[in-house]
Amino acid sequence: MVPFVSLTGVTHAYGGTGAPAVDGMTIAVGEGEFAAIVGPSGCGKSTVMKLATGLQFPQAGVVTVAGARVGAPVKISGMAFQNPTLLPWRTTLDNLLLPLEIVQPHRGRLRRHRDEYVARAEALLEQVGLKGMGNKFPWQLSGGMQQRASLCRALIHEPQLLMLDEPFGALDAFTREELWCVIRDLHAARKVTVILVTHDLREAVFLADRVFCMSARPGRIIAEREIGLPRPRDLEVTYTPEFSDIVHELRGHIAHARSAA
Amino acid sequence: MSTVAAPGPSKMALAVAPWVFTVGFFLVWEAICRIFKVSSFVLPPPSAVAVAMWEYRGPLAFHSAHTLWMTLAGFGIAVVAGILLGVALGASRLVHAGSYPLLVAFNAIPKVAVVPILVIWFGVGWMPAVLTAFLISFFPIVVNVATGLATIEPEVEDVMRALGASKLDIIAKVGIPRSMPYFFGSLKVAITLAYVGSVIAEYNASNYGIGNLMARASADFNVPLLFAALVALGILGVIIYAAMAVLERRTTGWAQRSNFAA
Ligand SMILES: Nc1ncnc2c1ncn2[C@@H]1O[C@H](COP(=O)(O)OP(=O)(O)OP(=O)(O)O)[C@@H](O)[C@H]1O
Ligand SMILES: [Mg+2]
Repeated sequence: MVPFVSLTGVTHAYGGTGAPAVDGMTIAVGEGEFAAIVGPSGCGKSTVMKLATGLQFPQAGVVTVAGARVGAPVKISGMAFQNPTLLPWRTTLDNLLLPLEIVQPHRGRLRRHRDEYVARAEALLEQVGLKGMGNKFPWQLSGGMQQRASLCRALIHEPQLLMLDEPFGALDAFTREELWCVIRDLHAARKVTVILVTHDLREAVFLADRVFCMSARPGRIIAEREIGLPRPRDLEVTYTPEFSDIVHELRGHIAHARSAA
Repeated sequence: MSTVAAPGPSKMALAVAPWVFTVGFFLVWEAICRIFKVSSFVLPPPSAVAVAMWEYRGPLAFHSAHTLWMTLAGFGIAVVAGILLGVALGASRLVHAGSYPLLVAFNAIPKVAVVPILVIWFGVGWMPAVLTAFLISFFPIVVNVATGLATIEPEVEDVMRALGASKLDIIAKVGIPRSMPYFFGSLKVAITLAYVGSVIAEYNASNYGIGNLMARASADFNVPLLFAALVALGILGVIIYAAMAVLERRTTGWAQRSNFAA
């Protein structure tokens, strides 16, 4: 497998000095793969995301994305975070169009082909269950709705790489499971490469092809688990003993990582 | 046995309150003057001030218009300069670190002390008034625009940078829109300051304007006219402040969605 995203022996300390946030980190994610990263709080998961998207550069080691060494923010990614980070002065629709105002070739085409892009945004909104909400401001939406809109914004420019940093952390269990299915379907439909950071082991196992467990700070990969559950997966799968066994196994790794800290 | 909190003041009460308080203020003033038989030379009662206002309505209107014009000119320059400098300060840590002490020092200088210098440079006339209004009012605009830019949430910045946005993109799409509430908030402060600035300059170095009218009234010991000018200043001040407040509400409604101050 030629990895689409790879970090090899990566060490990174914020500000270039002090204790590193990640140390000797190696991880490889194939094209179209859905990878999940789990680990104790503060172990460097968000840092891995920033390294992989070129928002931070490592002191040691190599980061490559789509075959090229990362030396600047990679422009083929979409990101969504735990809080939706929508811009409150833009309507939901205009928030969705924001990436198109930045990323080429859309940037140059947006003004003349606005209708086409608006249609694309509305189709996305419909896909996540926000039909007709485009003209509302983000602060007129509920937290879960904002999170959906934020997912749409991460997808609108059809990125090859989708980076999700605990995007469902702040949501209630029902909304979360609903959005799991949204992400699952989007991944299935678009063959986008997804890296998901999460605290929720069930979420990781349900969505991912492979789950990486990180050690406590400084972060390293301590375990890697292939999730063989057949796709398409239904929420029912989360109640099978097979599923619970995997979750249980991962739990063991995390507990071990925490106690080693 | 109701556990419901007492309802706040009604809309009606809130709308009437400013008028009641203002009228009350003048009534108390009038009463003090009459009860203690205060000399009109020390503190003329509002009734006497009102008479003076009517009597001098021509000059008051003329000089008020002049002051307003000076204020708006100085304020206009301050807005342009304030935005430019604020964006520079907010976008660059280096510019911020380098220029902040100078700015603070400059702001701390009482502008009355600058008026004589302006007179030496430009002579008596409209220049000192406009420039004083500008100098006194641009600081809050700079600080607020810079704050709005400097406090962009790191996550929003990450989202933008991961898309390949340049620094300029981030300033244009996120920084400037998000600093607008700060900017419009600062305009309310800035325009009243500009107004103070132009009056100070007129008082010392002009042949027109409310400031100049007051300088002449006090030289003539015309105390009722002095107070009439003060009241005119106050009314004009409220009007320009209100104009800025309306502008603020119109432009940045998204930032005022909380019910906190309802
Ligand atoms: N901007 C920053 N400047 C300095 N140190 C940072 C910065 N961001 C993170 N760190 C440090 O790097 C370490 C890893 O942080 P990171 O945000 O990657 O953790 P995380 O695994 O995402 O944690 P969580 O699960 O709580 O989100 C932490 O110990 C933190 O103190
Ligand atoms: Mg994190």
